[in-house]
Amino acid sequence: MPSKAIFVSVQAHNFCLNEQQQALFESCNANAEVGAAASFVGLVRAENNIMETGQSHSGELRALYIEHYPAMTELVLRRLCEEASEKWQLITCRVIHRVGTIPIGEQIVLVMVGAKHRAAAFAACEFIMDHLKTSAPFWKKAIFEHDEHWVAAKQTDQVKVEQWSE
Amino acid sequence: MLSVKYFASLREQLGCNSERVEFVAGETLAQLAGRLASLHTGSPSDLQHPTTRCAVNQQVVELTVVPFDGDEIAFFPPVTGG
Repeated sequence: MPSKAIFVSVQAHNFCLNEQQQALFESCNANAEVGAAASFVGLVRAENNIMETGQSHSGELRALYIEHYPAMTELVLRRLCEEASEKWQLITCRVIHRVGTIPIGEQIVLVMVGAKHRAAAFAACEFIMDHLKTSAPFWKKAIFEHDEHWVAAKQTDQVKVEQWSE
Repeated sequence: MLSVKYFASLREQLGCNSERVEFVAGETLAQLAGRLASLHTGSPSDLQHPTTRCAVNQQVVELTVVPFDGDEIAFFPPVTGG
């Protein structure tokens, strides 16, 4: 897989799904081998129960603030793309993760892959997302109307990622 | 010297993004976390909490690892991206 077929971006600004799909196709030079393109988009939902049980907050959720470890984030995302590309013989793969303050309803993350067949494309997308959630150095802070709290890691995410090594 | 970075809740608890500390030969990351906590006694933190993660030169490692002089060390809570 040529290195240009992997694209990773950590950015404050939003992204356009159509433009990203166009860029995905262009990244493999209209490679006629791509028979399946799958994508996952994560959004900020209006979820007031985002905090751990028992942790109080004040008012409605307004936004998420996302912090990251700049030197490490892109390394981890690129490594995940490389791992998925090797495992499912992907032809092209791109990941975008936003940082900073993201209001409710906006996109946070994009995983998009091109493969020969749909099973590989679906599986690779899920693999990258599951590993991103437990290994990429991003941290979410929930911004409520009157206060803000760091979001705790979910045990269910850890259980989900461990299923890949069973 | 070691370059030490803190992220998210840990950064806020310590009131510190990064600092440079003396390198101590043979010191493990767990021992380093203890030394850093004692440098910040006025700011109780999760530095020595069992869930706190550590990376050396952008690679997540166990706290039993002994860093080298000049390494970049990062301490942070479990990640929550995506």
